[in-house]
Amino acid sequence: MKSGRVECKNIALSYGNTQVLKDITLSIEPGEFFALLGPSGSGKSTLLRLIAGFNFAQSGLLTIDGEEITQLPPWQRNIGMVFQNYALWPHMTVEKNVAFGLEERKLPRAKIAKKVSDVLALVGLSEFAHRRTNQLSGGQQQRVALARTLAIEPKVLLLDEPLSNLDAKLRVQMRQELKSLQHRLGITTIFVTHDQEEALSTCDRIAVMDQGVIQQIGTPMQLYDTPVNRFVANFVGTINFIEGDIEHTQSGAMFSSKLLGRISLPKHPPSASLFRATMALRPHTISISAASHPVTTTLPINVTGQILDREFLGEFVRYRVDASGTELIVDKSHQPGGEIYAAGNIVTLSFSDQALRLVSA
Amino acid sequence: MTKTARQFSVTAALLTLLIALFLLTFLIVPVLNVIYIAFADVGSGVTFSHFAAFFGISLMQESFWNSLTVAIASVFFASLIALPLAYLTIRFDFRGALLVQTLGVLPLIMPPFVGAVAMQLIFGRSGSINLLLIDWWGFSIPVMDGLPGVIFVESLHYFPFILLNLTVALNNIDSSMEESAQNLGAHGLRLFRRIVFPLAMPGYVAGASLVFIKVFDDLGTPLVLNVTNMLAPQAYLRITSVGLEDPIGYVICVIMVAFSLMALWLSAQVLKGKDYSTTQRGGSSLARRRLSPIQSFFAYGWIGLLLLLVLSPHIGIVLLSLAKVWSFSVLPDAFTFDHFKTVIADSPQMIMNTLLYCGLAALLDVILGTAIAYLILRTNVPGRQALDFMASAALAIPGIVLAIGYLRTFKGMTLPGMSDPVTSLWIMIAIAYAIRRLPYALRSCMAALQQVSVSLEEAAENLGAHKRRTIQRIVVPLMAGGILAGFVTSFITAAVELSATIMLTTTQSDAPMSYGIYLYMQSIAGRGPGAALGVLAVIIVALGTYFSHRIISSRALQTAAASSGGKLE
Repeated sequence: MKSGRVECKNIALSYGNTQVLKDITLSIEPGEFFALLGPSGSGKSTLLRLIAGFNFAQSGLLTIDGEEITQLPPWQRNIGMVFQNYALWPHMTVEKNVAFGLEERKLPRAKIAKKVSDVLALVGLSEFAHRRTNQLSGGQQQRVALARTLAIEPKVLLLDEPLSNLDAKLRVQMRQELKSLQHRLGITTIFVTHDQEEALSTCDRIAVMDQGVIQQIGTPMQLYDTPVNRFVANFVGTINFIEGDIEHTQSGAMFSSKLLGRISLPKHPPSASLFRATMALRPHTISISAASHPVTTTLPINVTGQILDREFLGEFVRYRVDASGTELIVDKSHQPGGEIYAAGNIVTLSFSDQALRLVSA
Repeated sequence: MTKTARQFSVTAALLTLLIALFLLTFLIVPVLNVIYIAFADVGSGVTFSHFAAFFGISLMQESFWNSLTVAIASVFFASLIALPLAYLTIRFDFRGALLVQTLGVLPLIMPPFVGAVAMQLIFGRSGSINLLLIDWWGFSIPVMDGLPGVIFVESLHYFPFILLNLTVALNNIDSSMEESAQNLGAHGLRLFRRIVFPLAMPGYVAGASLVFIKVFDDLGTPLVLNVTNMLAPQAYLRITSVGLEDPIGYVICVIMVAFSLMALWLSAQVLKGKDYSTTQRGGSSLARRRLSPIQSFFAYGWIGLLLLLVLSPHIGIVLLSLAKVWSFSVLPDAFTFDHFKTVIADSPQMIMNTLLYCGLAALLDVILGTAIAYLILRTNVPGRQALDFMASAALAIPGIVLAIGYLRTFKGMTLPGMSDPVTSLWIMIAIAYAIRRLPYALRSCMAALQQVSVSLEEAAENLGAHKRRTIQRIVVPLMAGGILAGFVTSFITAAVELSATIMLTTTQSDAPMSYGIYLYMQSIAGRGPGAALGVLAVIIVALGTYFSHRIISSRALQTAAASSGGKLE
């Protein structure tokens, strides 16, 4: 399959007075598995529909392989889309659904039959060809939708929340199947989701969106480790925020807060105009020990706190700790027979300054 | 099973039995009786000789083909009116949508036989339009003569059934159905032909089959237009002139029932396994487009023309009710309120009778409808499906067949302590109305109960309410909108029913308005008062329709609000 490079340049779209997409600029490489991640109303589905041709930008450019398609109607784009509800036509069999796009392209009959059986085999549904779509399970319907789209050999594959209608177990299984299929076919794929775990686990790169704006683009690890702002830090994974002041001294910028005291900020010195700031700290980077039996660690920052409550989550125990008036979430990996703290226990929290990350509001 | 649970299932079983008994007595037995007589030999055994005799009479053959032709042609013309209207409202974003909705209701609030009289004054041989045509160009269009007249009136009256069903079906198509086809390369007419139309087909078929049945069974319109060579008028004439013993009348009844059943069966075959309603929570229906100026011009032009046509019986009947003299002139020569005075002086009894019979029938319908809906959806009483089947079967029974069945089955019976025969009691009219409207009331109640989540009832039971209290305090209040809509629908359609009325009304004092209008219309002098009574009937029906519309739409809003929360991206 030929796969395409998708480029959005300064795309803006409003409905009446509501700006849904603001100055979106984005470049997706051929063969890349790319996610648009964001909460409801962030504009991610609007952007996807815009790429498919169901919405049109008021300004900006959309190109595929350098060819401008901003004003092209959907049926001339050759961009396949799998709909959230699969949108299988109930008056046609599985086979007819899959053949539809090929028939629209006026392919010879024999070629259509070959292609239909090929893609049905690809998604493992060969024996369901003559079924009605409403006789299939959710997972099977999804595969038909995928087969129907792949049949036309699109330059780009769009997936609109494709896993949201499946139950939890099936979702994980389909996620892996999608990923391996995408790798096998090497087709440029754009995946819309509000589920950060889904995006992190499946995609090569992610654009995090909020309020019609792309907040950050990066690999899953980049987003997780170095979120640029509070929104991204909070949306991708669980995080603690520590509020404080920036002091600009001769030896460099210092961050001072009630919890941490004064610590120096060697990396990414903030602009001189910034006075209030937030530090982000992932719960699993904090180690926890009983204050009465402090474990000697090499970690340079140690604070004392009191356990508020705990949640057992299997792989780890999540504690909510009150540390000098700041509430911190601490994840301690769970080992059978490992130490467990109860509400009211006084504990010591230790972490490295490398784990701290200054984020903008 | 606990004691109270056992008590409840005994109550449910008793209720099932009671309803079954009622339906057997007033629907199944009378209809079976009619069928029996059509096939019964003089001695004993089954015979087809009556059918042979029927097809031996050339008038009967003619009537049969005429009825079939009129029904099919009416479906055709009603589709011709309804299809573009439905498509326009769903597909395009334009202000005429409200107008089209109005179009969809207006014809229904006027009984077709009342409309027929007015249409004759406007489109008839010496009606307003033809007088103008002769004046200007020297020719006339005989649209109201004979069968075309019946087809014209029926198409204009019944096209809303197709329009409403088709609009709902189109509305239920999720936009993603269309978008996915566009995404795969389809657009324009091909997209419509391959995706949109097939998905809307079930709605069209449901509406079209209803139009077929209604037209095939209609007695009032051909009678008023003086077209007697059709099946329903022939059945009426045979029974009223030859007598209740004439088997030909029964043969006609059997043919009418058979064709109604066939139409229902055919539409059920087509609809089988085709619940194409695809909109989902958070989904949206088909995308609307803006009309270009030229398109708007044609759209508004077409709708305006139809509105004028659809309104013509209403305009005509109002003019007629106010006309001193209206004969061989485009408009009445002079106006007067005398007809209304006459009607109000002469027939307050008829108005009261209509309110009484229809109110009673509607009440009976919603009680039966609620009870059957509950038994079907919430209990596992044996035989509950049979109740549904019996109640729905009434859809295929023409009014005249039911009435003839009553006359025959209850012939000579008297109630203890009463000298009058059962068949002459006014209550029989009310029961006939109730039976005929039961299918609609039942659907309305079923739909309402289906929307009440079982967990709401379980919550009440969990908090200590037993079954009867739960039904009383939770189920019925939550169904109230649907029950009320069912009541109003039953009431307004009963108010304009003529076919059963005309057979079952025995004395002037027991006659409801529909019968009165028909009697008045028989003479030229009575046309004015007849029209005035018609206007009053239309006002009653219009008010009823308006209120049911308000109830239904406010209920729809509530449900929409309750189930919304879909995403807005």
